[in-house]
Amino acid sequence: MSFFIDGLSWALLIIGGFICFSGAIGIHRFPEFFSRMHAASVTDTLGSGLILIGLMLQTGGEVIVLVKLILILLFILITSPTASHALAKAALHGGLRPMQGSHKNDKEDVLNKFGRQNTSDDEQ
Amino acid sequence: MFLAAIIAILVAMALALVRAFIGPTLYDRILAVNMFGTKTVLFIAILGYLMGRPDFLDVALVYALINFIAIIGVLRFFEYKKADPEEEVK
Amino acid sequence: MKKKTNLRYIISLIVVLSLIWIGNSGFFNGLLLSLGAVSVAFVVFMAFRLNILDEESQPLQVSRRIIVYWLWLLKALVESNLSVIKRIWKGPKSLDPVVARLPMSQETDMGKTIYANSITLTPGTTTLDIEGDTMIVYALSYDAIEYLQGGDMDRRVKRLEE
Repeated sequence: MSFFIDGLSWALLIIGGFICFSGAIGIHRFPEFFSRMHAASVTDTLGSGLILIGLMLQTGGEVIVLVKLILILLFILITSPTASHALAKAALHGGLRPMQGSHKNDKEDVLNKFGRQNTSDDEQ
Repeated sequence: MFLAAIIAILVAMALALVRAFIGPTLYDRILAVNMFGTKTVLFIAILGYLMGRPDFLDVALVYALINFIAIIGVLRFFEYKKADPEEEVK
Repeated sequence: MKKKTNLRYIISLIVVLSLIWIGNSGFFNGLLLSLGAVSVAFVVFMAFRLNILDEESQPLQVSRRIIVYWLWLLKALVESNLSVIKRIWKGPKSLDPVVARLPMSQETDMGKTIYANSITLTPGTTTLDIEGDTMIVYALSYDAIEYLQGGDMDRRVKRLEE
């Protein structure tokens, strides 16, 4: 039984590490700020979640350690959307606009109430 | 096994730092710093296990809180400033 | 302009703060427990003076179905994470970002906040702004927008309000 739990926790740690690494690759491969935000959010949710759950399986019956790990996970899961929403809104107010693909809505500019439109397209 | 996870996190932290240095806009830098902070929390937590000292989790917990408050505090400064991306690159 | 503070918000704040103190300290000797009691009393007094002991800081009225919702959200979270990781390794060519305006059927501020935060928490979609009954969502691909327009998440959050 303990062998099984150890194996599960190691697998979670390895997968979590790989997901964190993928997110870090993502903030270099994605073309502009708004898509990079999604790559960072991958490491904030699933990456840290898997690593912390993997650590939770290794506590060895110490309740305090388990409680602290759960609190860290809760804090990360609650603060991460707040931080990324604030970041996205600040970027919109600062004049950045998301690049849009083939489904761009030409009839209505939904972002027109934010700050100055960014006229230069060359900063990707 | 903790070592493998710690190495993956360290590589991710290094990549985030690179993005914080080269990031073309101000917001890319803030995003990278935010991600670096989250990775630091995980790093401290695993380091506590690796060294057999679960007390490190207190540090990780406080770091998670400070990281969030710092990001929100920085954004309060930048939200209403019309940041010019060209100006920022210099 | 002091509104009347409901007693159950004070009690729930005391219970939550005491649980956090005990869970983080783990010592049960007299000195540390009394220090904890003093801290809890001070925080509750400050919150009372700031007049923030209301249904916004202590969301007691959210129904018990939030547990079921969290489990469902966890499943959605894993699925959307896998799709974004796939896009990361396929490279920027697999991206087709889109900004869209979506309707939301929630009536209370609490429901709107839960819905918008759930959308931001799942990678691949981010809520940019809320205007009345609609919100502006940025997504990495059009599939995610179509999934949200299907209204599964909207209905589940709506049920939490009852």
